[in-house]
Amino acid sequence: MSTSATAGEVQTIVAARLLAGAPSCFIGVGGPSTAAILARAIVNPDLVLVYESGTIGAKPYRIPLSIGDGELAATADFVVPVVEMFNYWIQPGRIDMAFLGAAQIDREGSLNTTVIGDYDAPKTRLPGAGGAPEIATGCDRVMVVAPHAKRTFVERLDFLTTRAAPEAVITDLGVLAPDPEAGGELALTHIHPGVTVDAVRDATGWELRVAADLRTTEPPTDEELSALRELVAR
Amino acid sequence: MAEIVELREAVAELVGDGDSVAMEGFTHLIPFAAGHEIVRQGRRDLELIRMTPDLVYDQMLGMGCARRLVFSYGGNPGVGSLHRFRDAIEHGWPVPVEIEEHSHAGMANRYAAGAAHLPFGLLRGYAGTDLTKHTNVKTVTCPFTGEELAAVPALHPDVAIVHAQEADRRGNVQLWGIPGVQKEAVLSAARSLVTVERLVDELVPRPGGIVLPGWVIDAIAVAPRGAHPSYAHDLTDRDNDFYQQWDIISRDRDDFRAWMDEHVLDAEVTA
Repeated sequence: MSTSATAGEVQTIVAARLLAGAPSCFIGVGGPSTAAILARAIVNPDLVLVYESGTIGAKPYRIPLSIGDGELAATADFVVPVVEMFNYWIQPGRIDMAFLGAAQIDREGSLNTTVIGDYDAPKTRLPGAGGAPEIATGCDRVMVVAPHAKRTFVERLDFLTTRAAPEAVITDLGVLAPDPEAGGELALTHIHPGVTVDAVRDATGWELRVAADLRTTEPPTDEELSALRELVAR
Repeated sequence: MAEIVELREAVAELVGDGDSVAMEGFTHLIPFAAGHEIVRQGRRDLELIRMTPDLVYDQMLGMGCARRLVFSYGGNPGVGSLHRFRDAIEHGWPVPVEIEEHSHAGMANRYAAGAAHLPFGLLRGYAGTDLTKHTNVKTVTCPFTGEELAAVPALHPDVAIVHAQEADRRGNVQLWGIPGVQKEAVLSAARSLVTVERLVDELVPRPGGIVLPGWVIDAIAVAPRGAHPSYAHDLTDRDNDFYQQWDIISRDRDDFRAWMDEHVLDAEVTA
């Protein structure tokens, strides 16, 4: 079964594996949510899922559409107001990891979720910051989940919404991580099975560095893939 | 002391053209019925304040109710863009809208400062972002440690509107489930309106329940299913299908106006 995993499935499974051992994870909308819920099923059953709606320790059976679906509150260890979430839980660093998405990311791992084009005359107005700027600085560790394409991995952000400094960026083509020898610039450390380095370079808007010990991602196991498919089908 | 009145009357009395209006509810308990009543009464030039504009402000922006929007996340959660919000900002349709945007932490602290009647909220935030060039945030130095912190101005809306599960006949309100920033919104505002799913003889305390006493509320209006397509925990479910359909309904200006005509402007008002 593993040979038939889609690029998106590999991305989600790789992201979920990186949550092994993490005590708690703050979850952004969309792809990060699927990976974090999958992590509870395959690598980290005790992972505390935190959503910015105030639900801490949510245990959703299905992938929620929004960060405030009723099931998140109904299954949470506790639910807190928004002010408390940011001031008592995120700002002091009580949540270990953050999983974020973005419309644009640059070589330093900074994110744009605000605008494409000029701020005052936008080509595309995006949703905006949400919780990301303070989540990224409050959590000890940040990971970013994003589709690998030139319009996403850009030389220059149209707007710097969040200084994320992620320890890993998980894409549908591979994994990028900061290279200490290049001042922390993101470099390609893993490529997913069947992906070439040239394909990753072609999908990146800057001259992408490649780690000397570039590895190929472990392909999804049958168990991982069926857990993901079962979760998505619920 | 809160008066229990009809929604139409409450909106006519409490919301005027040009007012700053904060309608809160973080994904949960979003006061849609009140938003629709504001649209029906043709309010204009409002300053709309809300952390997550969501569909309710998408609708109000698309109907030309606002001249200004203060927010922190303008997306359709889990679905994508808010098309009327985008059209208003990108093309000024149907009227140009000025924006002031913050992070969630910034907005939450603006409300908390407003509720406390302090001049500003304090946080570690906005550092190194382009937001600082485009929004109302300044830096203050801690007088004790010398640490540089972000200061955001307190919010003091003319009127706050929230939705809750229930009120008793003396106008005390209880809400539970995701509590969002509703308490802060009500306490930061000069006037307030709470719509409720139902009236009860007596409030029975709920785990995690938040009580707003009648003496901080101006008006209560009964609006069953008044949060739809958002929800009221334990009473109604979030209509996720509608959130997905809205992506299609709201994409085109004419389709949007037709939907609003049928479901809001010409709708029979039950509350």
